[in-house]
Amino acid sequence: MKRWKLISLAALMAAACATGAETTTAPVADQTASPSQPMKAMPTRIAYNPDPYPSTYKPLPNDDVLIRNATVFDGLGGELKGGAVLIQGGKITAVGPEASMTMPAGIRTIDGTGRFVTPGIIDIHSHLGVYPSPGISAHQDGNEVSGPVTAEVWAEHAIWPHDPGFTRAMAGGITAMQILPGSANLFGGRGVIIKNVPARTAQGMKFPGAPYTLKMACGENPKRVYGYGGGRFPGSAPFSRMGNIAGYREAWQRASEYKRKWDKYNADFDAWEKKAKTPAPQTGDDKGAGDPPSAPDRNLELDTLMGVLNGEILVQHHCYRADEMAQVIDLSKEFGYKVSAFHHGVEAYKIADLLGANGICGALWADWWGFKAEAYDGIRENIPMVHKAAGGCAIVHSDDANGIQRLNQEAAKALADGLKAGINVSKAEAWTWLSRNPAKALGILDKTGTLEAGKAADVVIWSGDPFSSYTRADVVFVDGAVTWDRKDPARRPVVDFELGQPGEGDVK
Amino acid sequence: MIRSLLLAASIASLSPAALAQTIAFTGGKVVTNTNQGVIENGTVVIRDGRIVSVGTAAPPSGATVIDAKGKWITPGLFAAFSRMGLSELDSEDPTNDTSAPGSDFQAALRAADAFNPSDTAIAVTRIEGFTRAAIVGSPGKGLFGGYGAIIDTTGDFDSINARDTFMIARLGEAGAGAAGGSRAASWQWLLAAIDDAKAYPRGFEDDNEGDLLSRKEAVALKPVVEGRVPLMVEVYNASDILQVLTLRQREPRMKLVLLGATEGWRVADQIAAAGVPVIVNPLTNLPDRFEILAATLENAGRLQKAGVTVAIADPNEATHNTRFILQLAGNAVANGMTWDGAFKAISSVPAVLYGQTDLGVLRQGAVADVVIWDGDPLELMSSAEAVYIAGVATDMESRQTKLRDRYLNLDEPLPQAYERQ
Repeated sequence: MKRWKLISLAALMAAACATGAETTTAPVADQTASPSQPMKAMPTRIAYNPDPYPSTYKPLPNDDVLIRNATVFDGLGGELKGGAVLIQGGKITAVGPEASMTMPAGIRTIDGTGRFVTPGIIDIHSHLGVYPSPGISAHQDGNEVSGPVTAEVWAEHAIWPHDPGFTRAMAGGITAMQILPGSANLFGGRGVIIKNVPARTAQGMKFPGAPYTLKMACGENPKRVYGYGGGRFPGSAPFSRMGNIAGYREAWQRASEYKRKWDKYNADFDAWEKKAKTPAPQTGDDKGAGDPPSAPDRNLELDTLMGVLNGEILVQHHCYRADEMAQVIDLSKEFGYKVSAFHHGVEAYKIADLLGANGICGALWADWWGFKAEAYDGIRENIPMVHKAAGGCAIVHSDDANGIQRLNQEAAKALADGLKAGINVSKAEAWTWLSRNPAKALGILDKTGTLEAGKAADVVIWSGDPFSSYTRADVVFVDGAVTWDRKDPARRPVVDFELGQPGEGDVK
Repeated sequence: MIRSLLLAASIASLSPAALAQTIAFTGGKVVTNTNQGVIENGTVVIRDGRIVSVGTAAPPSGATVIDAKGKWITPGLFAAFSRMGLSELDSEDPTNDTSAPGSDFQAALRAADAFNPSDTAIAVTRIEGFTRAAIVGSPGKGLFGGYGAIIDTTGDFDSINARDTFMIARLGEAGAGAAGGSRAASWQWLLAAIDDAKAYPRGFEDDNEGDLLSRKEAVALKPVVEGRVPLMVEVYNASDILQVLTLRQREPRMKLVLLGATEGWRVADQIAAAGVPVIVNPLTNLPDRFEILAATLENAGRLQKAGVTVAIADPNEATHNTRFILQLAGNAVANGMTWDGAFKAISSVPAVLYGQTDLGVLRQGAVADVVIWDGDPLELMSSAEAVYIAGVATDMESRQTKLRDRYLNLDEPLPQAYERQ
């Protein structure tokens, strides 16, 4: 780079654009830096926009509403009979006995008699939009199988917002979900958290302010896809679980070095900037600040991994076997990051204590098992056994366009089997598996996942006990707006794909 | 180890004289699946593997009385479609006998010849209240997948109750692909196979082959074209269903069953008029393939309303989660089926479908497959507490319950491997 004093800001911008970088007047790593001196164009720190595909989500039009006289599961484990939930301006403003609330006269009310009100369900593991219906060859966008490490791909770049599965999930009370790349790769790419609302673009569904996530996968899938994949032999690494871990370590090592370069660059820039802003001394010995430091070359794959090492991107690790989860926990300690949740975790019950002690959630099925060797030891009490461990955090997840429609039923099965095994959990407590815990593992618990004043009004009114086979979601709210109403066809969205097709607009 | 008191009582009945013993289940809500309907505070008496009486009379003197107050008493569930016993691990070929794409035989394959009564999925399924199942492979190539069998879930070596009770075939998208690339090709294949089987042995004497089938395949199809066993056709799209129904005119002797029938509701009247029963997954509601664009949660209810005989099962969850059928039935009720219809769809309807009229009902003289439940069996949180198959109480353990018991307490001095379950 030339001496900064000779470079105009415009030229710097042009140069930056050519390499895909952005210059920022308020450097990302140093928000308190003072503006450049008026007479000189201070070169700015090279930093990349962490949010180049920003959410354009806007809540649907909404009314203030009072849901009264319902059984309320608050998502924190509490149950309130004859309770009320007040929604104003898209937020929950009060939860409790109606008598304790103050509200404007004439507010719209919904009679909750005989019905249940819960936080909206959050599915932490979905491939809607990236593996949409119909599942034709043209729609297979969820696995970038070109290599075992594809941390540079982002699920949101493949989401087809017209997937009919989104509307079916709405009917099941899903208000938010994480869309993940598949599990072919060791590092499958970035996941994205979305609000379950109809939109023309993926950006229109993105959950504002939610962190990014990283999909990783253990076990049989990566070694099958690469080691012996595509009919090739010998194929390419990984061939084995040894190769899986070696592949993770190799990538994390590169990411660590990449992070070190960027940390050094930012530290050097801080020092340079401090010196450059210091008034030049009168003596002739000092040569001034000199050239600013050069930024490292950008690497999109390592950007994502560095985001994990910086604690900004949350790891969602597909892993079935208990012994493998234990290896991954040590891996995360070796490289200094945290696993947010193990997904599928069919053997999580064997190490429920270890998961709890490490603050890692288990995102689990109620009863899937046997479809491959690493799913052989599945048991129906997995979820409650993870829940009851000290520090346990159980999540009911789907990984399936059908299962996502009935996560409450999956929770019911797990709860029932846990109770029969002597694990005493109330229905209200079990609801934490469906909304609070996934929100926690996705880094959005400050925004949604429980019925608490100040949070987004992501709420479901159920026709009855949501742990009954016969109950269905009556009304679903996202940010206080009705996205789904079972009794109102005008609030049962029909996606583009369904228009002009048999069954258009039917009960789905 | 986890056992209910009720189960402990029933295990006690497993003496050498168990079969000669008279057992009376008293005070329960009895679902008979007969014109007796549901009997509150009812009593079911069994002896020698058969049902002696169903009603409200006092139990006979000398009977072992099992108090079922507050419980539900039902016939054992009958899975209308399953592949348990055919695959221990779906992804591991040596353990998976569900299909044989490399075999020259397809129609001639018999599930009964592959069935493994020690498959761990059988106990997993039994303890959820299933006592019988129709099991069958899937077509490995071409249209036919061979003969299905009826099994019980005892896990005994003699648990095949009836061999060769139906033949499975596929049409629609999968059939078109298997027959060479189009629906026209699959239809021609089916008709040619039928004609070969009807003609057999004529035309086979010289070169051992018909137009399409080899001699063994034609022999295998003969009972199907003669109407001695039904042909179960996996088909989903409304137009494809109508085409299958044309066989009723062309081949009036053949008996048909439709498997799938996701768009059945669009042609429900025609299915009803043809008298063809269907096996549906009532939860299929996504247009996941172009042949099921009109999928709806109300399919099962609409078919029932049109007078179609409806059984409930899911061919895609058939090896390990046959038990999912219970959840399907509960959801069918939530979406328009009657409770009675949904329960029969997983018990007496499949029994009749496969000619097992002494199963799926609680009726004097019927086989004593009896399940005691702690509540409405179609409710997600209910469960089977005791399962009797032909009058014998069965073990309520599975590999899964043993794993559970082993790991319920992680804080033990010795590694889990020393713990005997």
